[in-house]
Amino acid sequence: MARYIGARLTWAAAMVLGIAIVAFLITHLLPGNPVDALVGDFPAPPEYVSKVRHLFGLDQPLPVQLWLYLVNMARGNLGFSFLSRQPVLSLVLARAGTTLLLMVPSLILASLIGVAMAVRAAASHGRMLDSALTAVSLIGYSIPVFWLGQILVVIFAVNLGWLPAEGIRSLREPGSGIGAVLDFLRHFALPAFCITVYYLAVVARVARSSMVEMLHQDFVLTARAKGLSERAVLWRHVLRNGLIPVITVIGYNFGYSLTGAILTETVFAWPGLGELFVTAIANRDYPVLSGIFLLAAIAVVLANLATDLLYAAVDPRVRIAAGGRA
Amino acid sequence: MMRRSAAWSWLAGLVQRPAGIGSALFILLLLVVALLGPAVLPRHPLALGDQPMLPPGGAYFLGTDDLGRSVVAELILGVRVSLAVGIVAALATTVVGLLVGAIAGYVGGLIDTVLMRIAEFFQVMPTFILAVAIIALAGPGLTRVIAVIALLSWPQTARLARGEVLRVGQLDFIAAVRSLGIPEWRILLGEVIPNAIGPVIALGMLIVGYAILLEASLGYLGLSSPAIVSWGRMLSVGQRYLFSAWWLSVFPGLAILATVLAFNLLGDALADLLSPRSTT
Repeated sequence: MARYIGARLTWAAAMVLGIAIVAFLITHLLPGNPVDALVGDFPAPPEYVSKVRHLFGLDQPLPVQLWLYLVNMARGNLGFSFLSRQPVLSLVLARAGTTLLLMVPSLILASLIGVAMAVRAAASHGRMLDSALTAVSLIGYSIPVFWLGQILVVIFAVNLGWLPAEGIRSLREPGSGIGAVLDFLRHFALPAFCITVYYLAVVARVARSSMVEMLHQDFVLTARAKGLSERAVLWRHVLRNGLIPVITVIGYNFGYSLTGAILTETVFAWPGLGELFVTAIANRDYPVLSGIFLLAAIAVVLANLATDLLYAAVDPRVRIAAGGRA
Repeated sequence: MMRRSAAWSWLAGLVQRPAGIGSALFILLLLVVALLGPAVLPRHPLALGDQPMLPPGGAYFLGTDDLGRSVVAELILGVRVSLAVGIVAALATTVVGLLVGAIAGYVGGLIDTVLMRIAEFFQVMPTFILAVAIIALAGPGLTRVIAVIALLSWPQTARLARGEVLRVGQLDFIAAVRSLGIPEWRILLGEVIPNAIGPVIALGMLIVGYAILLEASLGYLGLSSPAIVSWGRMLSVGQRYLFSAWWLSVFPGLAILATVLAFNLLGDALADLLSPRSTT
């Protein structure tokens, strides 16, 4: 097990280094000059431009800049926003919590619904529920998540007036105590629904095929032969073993779910990473863009690492088979 | 390469799958619309109308936008962008992924390890965020969008192709061909890849759908050229008028949903049809 963990950690560290290099390259190799963004559109005297270039180390050779970038990164310095002059790391971290507040409950909800549907579909051998699962998955994969958000706003906010269209709390009457919680939930409902649908597509597809596969395994036959009730076979044996691929897919799709969150936040003006990202795009705020990419990619690497370790802990075959990659 | 009888059996198999044949016909219709496009419209599609923000019904079937342009005409122009980006990006992705995967699976050894590690690295990167960052910094452009999609989505194809090539490479007839003294690269191109390509093509259809969604997302975030009408860009405009003009959001989104759904259904039908388990 120790050897397996060591191999996974080394690989994760190599990935982070590679990702840092990509984040550096997208800001330094692509057309569009950071100095232009800094100096602005106003025609600046050449001396001033070269002064700015020197100040930010942009006159150094590329490998030297890369080294400085990596050293700064190791110290937790991801540069400063061109727009607000705030440190990128604190800008991103300040928003990450709000995004997770939206993402995590939606992911849990999607996983529970998806797995429950899959187990019941596997149990009933039923066409209905099975078709429903396939349909949910197909539509979830095909629908633009931001458009789903727009439609929900048109129906529930504009026409019915039941729920607010944007933000995370009411500006006029945020309320206090239980009122504030209810106010938050009202703002939370629509964007959370979008992300749940978006994510249910992934979970439903994997859970369905995993549960069906488990039903045909020998241990299910054994469990039935022992005289266990069908319910016990399903919820104890099939579910437990069928969950492993589902957990893997949830862990491995962290980047995918982050994408859904960013697009959904944009529709509902949810003040999380998505909003920071869109503002950075509009203002060509290089350091913030590459900072968000870097931290998101590191989060994905960590999520994958956690998934691998969890997987190895649950399934001994993985760690025995693996010197390196399972 | 592909024998005629094999192509016929594919077609026959597709006909037996209603979702597959239905979506194939729908995609064909979209292709016709994209090709004929503006030619069948009564006037130049981007001609500014007399009245902006007309609701659906009346003189304009699906209403007009903030500049008085017909929503129907814009939707028809948008088909071109979505199909072009989706199909070309998927084609590029499939070619790159197939080559990398086939080489990795057929040659094996160190080359296999290195290529698959690179694929894994690309798979970990949050594709969408990276694509947005690249387009935001480099500027909009369809060629660029296609290149970015292909650059970021080949690993999945490569992994699938590798697995298929490994499977086919172990079959007896490959050993038989090899004993005839045919060079390895010709065995790979002439025998192994044609027999391994089915599932890769099915995945290619899913990538078309994914690419269309990604292009639309970029347009929605305002990262498409203002000179080109695309469904994503229409939704970006629609967002501004969500409270007053629902039709600016509803119809382009439906168009995206229907198109992507068709490619996903076709991909699933093809996967069902072309996977080695179902054909043998």
